[in-house]
Amino acid sequence: MKIIETDVAIIGAGGAGLRAAISVAESDPQLKVALISKVYPMRSHTVAAEGGAAGVIKDEDSFENHFHDTVAGGDWLSDQDAVELFIHEAPRELTLMEHWGCPWSRKPDGRVAVRPFGGMKIERTWYAADKTGFHLLHTLFQTSLKFPSIKRYDEYFSTDIVVVDGKCCGFTAIEMRSGEVTYFKAKSVIIATGGAGRVFPFTTNGAIKTGDGMAMAYRAGVALKDMEFVQYHPTGLPGTGILITEGSRGEGGLLVNKDGYRYLQDYNLGPPDPWPRKKAMELGPRDRLSQAFWHEQQKGRTIKTADGDVVHLDLRHLGEAKIDERLPMVRELAKSYVGVDPVYDPIPVRPVIHYTMGGIDTNIDAATNIPGLYAAGECSCVSINGANRLGSNSLTELLVFGARAGSGAAEFAKARQGAINESAAKQEAEKTEKRLAALFAKEKATESIPGLRKEMNDTMESGAGIYRTEDSLQATCTKMSEIRKRSANIGLQDKSKVFNTDMAEALELDAMIDVACAMANSALQRKESRGSHQRLDFEARDDKKYLKHSLAHYSPDGNPKVDYRDVTITSSQPAERVYGGAQE
Amino acid sequence: MAQFRLPANSRIKKGKHFTAAEGATRPQRFAVYRYDPDSGENPRIDTYDIDMDSCGPMVLDVLIKIKNEIDPTLTFRRSCREGICGSCAMNIDGGNTLACTKSVESVSGDVKIYPLPHMSVVKDLVPDLTKFYAQYASIKPWLQTRTPAPPDSERLQSKAEQELINEPAACILCACCSTSCPSYWWNSDRYLGPAALLASYRWLVDSRDEATGERLDELEDPFRLYRCHTIMNCTNTCPKGLNPAKAIAETKKMLADRQH
Repeated sequence: MKIIETDVAIIGAGGAGLRAAISVAESDPQLKVALISKVYPMRSHTVAAEGGAAGVIKDEDSFENHFHDTVAGGDWLSDQDAVELFIHEAPRELTLMEHWGCPWSRKPDGRVAVRPFGGMKIERTWYAADKTGFHLLHTLFQTSLKFPSIKRYDEYFSTDIVVVDGKCCGFTAIEMRSGEVTYFKAKSVIIATGGAGRVFPFTTNGAIKTGDGMAMAYRAGVALKDMEFVQYHPTGLPGTGILITEGSRGEGGLLVNKDGYRYLQDYNLGPPDPWPRKKAMELGPRDRLSQAFWHEQQKGRTIKTADGDVVHLDLRHLGEAKIDERLPMVRELAKSYVGVDPVYDPIPVRPVIHYTMGGIDTNIDAATNIPGLYAAGECSCVSINGANRLGSNSLTELLVFGARAGSGAAEFAKARQGAINESAAKQEAEKTEKRLAALFAKEKATESIPGLRKEMNDTMESGAGIYRTEDSLQATCTKMSEIRKRSANIGLQDKSKVFNTDMAEALELDAMIDVACAMANSALQRKESRGSHQRLDFEARDDKKYLKHSLAHYSPDGNPKVDYRDVTITSSQPAERVYGGAQE
Repeated sequence: MAQFRLPANSRIKKGKHFTAAEGATRPQRFAVYRYDPDSGENPRIDTYDIDMDSCGPMVLDVLIKIKNEIDPTLTFRRSCREGICGSCAMNIDGGNTLACTKSVESVSGDVKIYPLPHMSVVKDLVPDLTKFYAQYASIKPWLQTRTPAPPDSERLQSKAEQELINEPAACILCACCSTSCPSYWWNSDRYLGPAALLASYRWLVDSRDEATGERLDELEDPFRLYRCHTIMNCTNTCPKGLNPAKAIAETKKMLADRQH
């Protein structure tokens, strides 16, 4: 087994991983940083974020507003100390991105422009046209190239965290090019592997978002927190699930049903005029908008298409010039994937799995319960997003907490006493080799990877979708535990060592099954409705019992134990979430 | 002595054929380049007949269907499937493009799928892009300034200045352009190629960057920049509709201008 020794190792080279790497490199150029990713950094899914990143910049805005929008948007499940830290750091991080060259869109006076977003009282979403994630990712990648202490290991598939005597001692990864298992011996490790949207069949997420890092931490003994909270974005393209940014509504896009009626006014989000009213109608929060679609569908007021029911997102009144300036990618995507030019026709859209609010349980310093192991970005749950993330908070989150994880991991690496017990660590790392060898050696596979993946996708959608019940969730939990068992019978048809994507898909499926089990079981046990977790059998929020984070603890049989931890409240006591005209 | 054929171990052989599923209503043939260095065998072309009535419209949809349902050994890079991550660049129907934005319908006859040309092949449709990324890094693609940034606020930049960088900054680094360029094919050891030069131009026109002189110095070399012979394949093939050829021409103009 190859051993690569480093001070800080980072798994995942998307927004959070790159920000963390730069943070380590800036804090101490002597520290060796290894940046490991299963893809080249610019292929990471941060690249697909469109609308923007939130940070207070306007004079008439305030930290208090950003705090309140975030906490209310999250249905009071956010840890308020983390939110306070987040909103204060946000403008600093976004300004830093400008200093590093990010091509933010500008106002006529040369300052950075902001646009309105859902659930926000005042415009605070910084944007680079509708390719904000793309530009942030490229800015971070470009900046990371300045630092000689950052060494990249592209196309290494990470598999297992190595823990010896309760401390993180690195992890194992497979070099795709050679198939060789490598032990990254590191004083501290940051997981920054993004979300797990691919657990569901219909998602905005790219194919690589399979929850690998979540599962690694989970199996190593870190709880997955608030996994029942999975965000449906209200506007994805039918068929593919490709994202149409909330920025399109921020710029003035309207949602109408089959009668051309702005149906959101029927769901406590109206009145429809005057437009735009912040935190109302199309600028309501994502959970409410996705739920409204479900109700419209029940009432038979959605539009039937070959790819399922849709509503229309109408941008025509914005005009070609504004669409081309502010939403060029939306135009390109709509033309390519549904054959609609939004300048002339409304875009068909429907809710689609977008974001995992839950993730690896960390404290406010991005540290997990395993000394030396950190997590940041979508794979983590710190938690600022609570039960429903506000659009444009996640790009800022990966910067703020990526940087924080970087400085924490750097400090830990410097302060770490005593050498890593290499023989014990190697023994742990060899378990990966054995697991892999067994996978390659299996001759008679009775289960197929795409087959099990589809069964998982289907049961997650049918049982743990926008609306859930005891019965639907119980059925999904039972099914997932069956899938967990049957997954022992998958095998590989590609036995080659070189760039074996058959193997990668087997490992990804393994991770997704763990994550799906955590999601379904956490959802089954939360007998209330809050944010994105809506139970038809428990329609009200229940602060007495469930103003708490759920913590799912790994169990190999796919039936995790779930317990709870209190939410940190500092200044905002739980109240009713009010949107639309009623807030005035 | 000049060699006019591919070396014996690179010659492409006829591979396996996979017939369409029973009852296929709209079969379409795909010819896909296959190469597994582990097998010790030559590259081959496998053909797959796919029923387009049970498959998504893009070439990437077809590759994923093949991998899921017919042949799990087929190897390619992919992620976002919406033309922004740049993973699935390959040569389809004779042109370099992204499999996720290239519709099957836009091709007439059999759809031929090869890895990006003139690169070492790691496996099947996966080329080795190590050098391509090294060239990108070599142009120092980060903001270089001497004037310190304002401590608590952004640098100002007019809308017009900002819009100048929009197009060159939109490059997704898929490598379609560089690997379509004959100059790059012959001289990729010394010629930077259109992608890296477009990236360089992005910083040359950024009003905030203060290293224009140094950046131009680095390019003033018979190979790095001037191996561009305005063949224009780069602009022709760019799946994002960008114009690297124009960026290169503008860079040459900047170099010419500073002579005077």
